[in-house]
Amino acid sequence: MNNFFVHFAIPALILGGLGLVLGLILAYSAKAFAVKIDERIKFVRSVLPGANCGACGQAGCEAFAEAAVEGKVKPSGCPVGGEAVAKNVAAILGVELGDTVSTVARVACGGTIAVSRLKYSYDGIKSCAAATALHNGPKTCAFGCLGFGDCVAACPFDAIVIENGVARIVEEKCRSCEACVAACPKKLISMVPRGKNFVVACKSTQKGPATKKACDVGCIACSKCVKVCPHDAITVTNNLARIDPALCQNCGECVKVCPTDAIREIGGVLRVEGKAV
Amino acid sequence: MMNELGTIVGQIIITMLSAILVENLVLSRFLGMCPFLGVTQKTSTAAGMGIAVAAVLMIVAALAWIVNVTLLVPNNLEFLQTMSYILIIAAVVQFLETVLRKFIPPLYKALGIYLPLITTNCAVLGIPLINTQRGYDFGMTLVYTLGAGLGFAMALVLFSGVRERMAKSDIPASLQGVSGALFAATLVSMSFFGFQGLFAK
Repeated sequence: MNNFFVHFAIPALILGGLGLVLGLILAYSAKAFAVKIDERIKFVRSVLPGANCGACGQAGCEAFAEAAVEGKVKPSGCPVGGEAVAKNVAAILGVELGDTVSTVARVACGGTIAVSRLKYSYDGIKSCAAATALHNGPKTCAFGCLGFGDCVAACPFDAIVIENGVARIVEEKCRSCEACVAACPKKLISMVPRGKNFVVACKSTQKGPATKKACDVGCIACSKCVKVCPHDAITVTNNLARIDPALCQNCGECVKVCPTDAIREIGGVLRVEGKAV
Repeated sequence: MMNELGTIVGQIIITMLSAILVENLVLSRFLGMCPFLGVTQKTSTAAGMGIAVAAVLMIVAALAWIVNVTLLVPNNLEFLQTMSYILIIAAVVQFLETVLRKFIPPLYKALGIYLPLITTNCAVLGIPLINTQRGYDFGMTLVYTLGAGLGFAMALVLFSGVRERMAKSDIPASLQGVSGALFAATLVSMSFFGFQGLFAK
């Protein structure tokens, strides 16, 4: 009897008691520290695309759903889902849907192989990030697109192609998730409102002659576009023209006067012969 | 008096350093290899996981010491150590999860699935067992555990740095991914064997 007690009952009691105490603590803490979860989060989450791309600025779709329910972000905050998702989210939350401006990615470089020059021959890893680490890449222009396609690899929607050594966005496929914006080591890609067709395809802040030496189609900051623009949408700062998409009316006057074809119409044809887009 | 204090401080420093470098949990004892390979793709997650494991280790080791000394040893029940330690680990991790969720939601989200996975991390079970085996008192238990936890976090962060570099390197197709990571882990581990005999008795 005594043996049974020592060898079986005490160990069982101690281990069982330990388990019981820990279990009670857990049961109490589950009650005391319970987090109330708004069930609308689940519904909002279910209408989101679920790509967890983070383009909304949140950590993922789950985080966006939470922020939307708490009112921290607008229902239209999901750029990938666009209008359809925004409507659903707004319906679940019972709020008015604000204006949604769909955006599209743009590459600010036109320096194709034919019109730009190289400062050395690069034979390393086929990645823009790796090439950039070596004297800003093989292009003479330190600002230009290297064309190894880090953005292509980052794009979840196959919306980017490399044409003649420069990345081009296929606008119909772009869902403005901004994955490419983060992937480009030259920071050439930015988001602009859809439907604004004119773009300064250059990011060089070097002085005019230096830009011209490196690339035929760079912005030399001649300011002709600034003078001709009827809507005051163009400014030149740091030797580089910028078009304010909020003011641009798509009139196309700037393209006519640009001597280097740095300003171009998306999908349009270049005027100067022998300069491939 | 000063001399005694000096010996104690010296012992603490040596125990701590040997736990971090000579007896590094991952690189010398090969405990906790799962997170070492699983969460070291990015430095930020590796650091988060390392700190989480270190924190859990501290709490578990302290509780395990108390349970061992007050309940198990007086009743000659040392054979129940492994089982009761597992019980403590499971409860502590579960408790931490509830508390983190309530008070530090960002950390809770960042750790995600890895928090419950700490339950099954053999490093977390290994350290209390080693402490018991060596008969450390409460103070030394805490010192050694802190060192082991820091060593674990350091190994994860170091290795995530290696893997971040490897992700950008031109490595043969057959060595990309886990196989290459295992080669790299071998080299990192071998370099840590250089610390053997650092504190020769």
